[in-house]
Amino acid sequence: MELIIDEIVAKYNYWIYVVLMMIGFYAMIGKRNLVKKLLGMNIFQTSIILFFVSTGVKKGGGIPIVDKYQALAGGVDAATIVNPLPHVLMLTAIVVGVSVTGVALAVLQRIYKEYGTLEEDEILEKTQR
Amino acid sequence: MSATNLHLFVLVVPLLSAFAVNLLGRSSKQWIAPLVLGSLAFSVIGSLVTLARVVEHGTLRYTVGNWQPPFGIELVVDPLSALMMVLISVVAFLASFSSLKSVEQELPGREPFFFTLYLILIAGLFGLVLTGDAFNLYVLLEITSITTYGLIAMGRGRAALSSFNYIIMGSIGACFYLLGIGYIYILTGTLNMADIARILPTLNAPVATATAIAFVLVGLWIKMAFFPLHSWLPNAYSQAPTGAGTMVAPLMTKVTVYLMVRVILTMYTPALVFTHEWITNGAVWAAALAIVCGSVLALGQKDLRRMLTYIIIAEVGYMVGGIFLANANGLTGSILHIVNDALMTLCLFLVVAAIIYRQGTVSLVSLQGIFHRMPFTMAAFTLGAFAMIGVPPTCGFFSKWYLILGGIDGGHWEFVIALVFSSLVNAVLFFRVIELAFFGSLADGQHHEHTPSERHEAPWWMLKPLVLTAALLIVIGLSTGPLVNNVIRLMIPIGF
Repeated sequence: MELIIDEIVAKYNYWIYVVLMMIGFYAMIGKRNLVKKLLGMNIFQTSIILFFVSTGVKKGGGIPIVDKYQALAGGVDAATIVNPLPHVLMLTAIVVGVSVTGVALAVLQRIYKEYGTLEEDEILEKTQR
Repeated sequence: MSATNLHLFVLVVPLLSAFAVNLLGRSSKQWIAPLVLGSLAFSVIGSLVTLARVVEHGTLRYTVGNWQPPFGIELVVDPLSALMMVLISVVAFLASFSSLKSVEQELPGREPFFFTLYLILIAGLFGLVLTGDAFNLYVLLEITSITTYGLIAMGRGRAALSSFNYIIMGSIGACFYLLGIGYIYILTGTLNMADIARILPTLNAPVATATAIAFVLVGLWIKMAFFPLHSWLPNAYSQAPTGAGTMVAPLMTKVTVYLMVRVILTMYTPALVFTHEWITNGAVWAAALAIVCGSVLALGQKDLRRMLTYIIIAEVGYMVGGIFLANANGLTGSILHIVNDALMTLCLFLVVAAIIYRQGTVSLVSLQGIFHRMPFTMAAFTLGAFAMIGVPPTCGFFSKWYLILGGIDGGHWEFVIALVFSSLVNAVLFFRVIELAFFGSLADGQHHEHTPSERHEAPWWMLKPLVLTAALLIVIGLSTGPLVNNVIRLMIPIGF
């Protein structure tokens, strides 16, 4: 028991993203409302973004903005700054996520115009008829 | 324009003309056809030249913004990606003739939007085959997916709902891929594929590496509709506007299969992936299952386009299985089948587009006696069907031959049996359609009011690319030898 708790406490950030991811996954697969599915997708994407960002963190690391001339002359001590690359990658991933959400919302609007509802069961009932 | 960066312009020209189509196409529709066809014709020529150069001089590299790899993003053109560039540009060019015609009919007034997405999708596909950076690949994968969502949602009826299901499934796939890349980044600290391949084998982290591989592969499998993860594909592809289907159906799954080849060969190195016997055996069994189930599900369809979508699922099984056979013949067969299957699917979807243009539906009942109305279209359909079944000298025969040889080499008899079974089912499927099309009105005895028997051939814009594609099926089939020896063999890693 101790061991498990230690394991969870030592890597709590990863456990949080795993839990978030499962919530998102459940919403995408299990929920019947299309907007809830979309929200689940957003939670899923956010958990991965958090996972990436947490990989860049260092104990005692500062903001990764360094003076150009100082860096060119003396180099950069990598231990004093957090790794900026995951953050930059995630900026792109956020943009991708926003675009997908935008397209999905536009599609949802068309579905609502067509069927007058966003409940999957009701839509299927209407298409079967 | 310097000739050394020609492969970059192959990507850039469709991308820039996408914006031109959007701006100019709104003011006058006359701009759309020349812009689309012009940019794609440029891409065809450019990629052919690139292929010739790569075969002659070896791999080309281009560093974007002069940031040296492994820090900057690198575009890599090796023989395989050059081959894919040619394939994408040729398929897109041929499909665009037919799309221009059918979009004019199906989506009047929305052509500029359709072709903006269409060209961005093509640019994204070029990017996918060119990039040498794992994260860049994710972004381009999403660019192609988002444009495909939009194109599919433009269809009528249930298309929007199918598109939404595709969005959910596609996003899960992309997120799994991203997660796998996250593991790789933690392990290696780099995102450049060549750099990952250099560092990964030196690490002693088998569990983390296997997890990363699993996430990336499952992500790509969802995107390519590998059998148990295929549920989004039939609805999405059969309800998309006809003009979108002719381009999306041949290219999207095939390019994703290419990505899997790329990831296995260039990023993870085959030694790392194929050492896990349970992965390769499991994947080959799953592929055999995909082939059998895809074929059987195709049997139950009453609509030609839906039937073809299930055949696509079976064909994805061919290619995935061939790669995981992990021997030279299987890999050759898979890569060859990417090319052949793209052309066969293009041929059949162009037929579908032509029939829909004339009579609005491709349900099997409505195809009765269509041979007499559209003889050229149906002749091309017969050729495409022969290629799908695998009748020599059409190209389908040769890639199947390599795949079966690979299956025998690897001792995977279940895969060989699945391949033969699927060929038989394809024969049943297509001869049923051909019989209906040729003799349907006679054997049935009943005369349909809405099916006049005089000739009513598809317009030239749809017929010419179709006849050309059908001819290509035989030309590629007959030139399999040079294609394999000069291009594909270069990609097979040493020691296979």
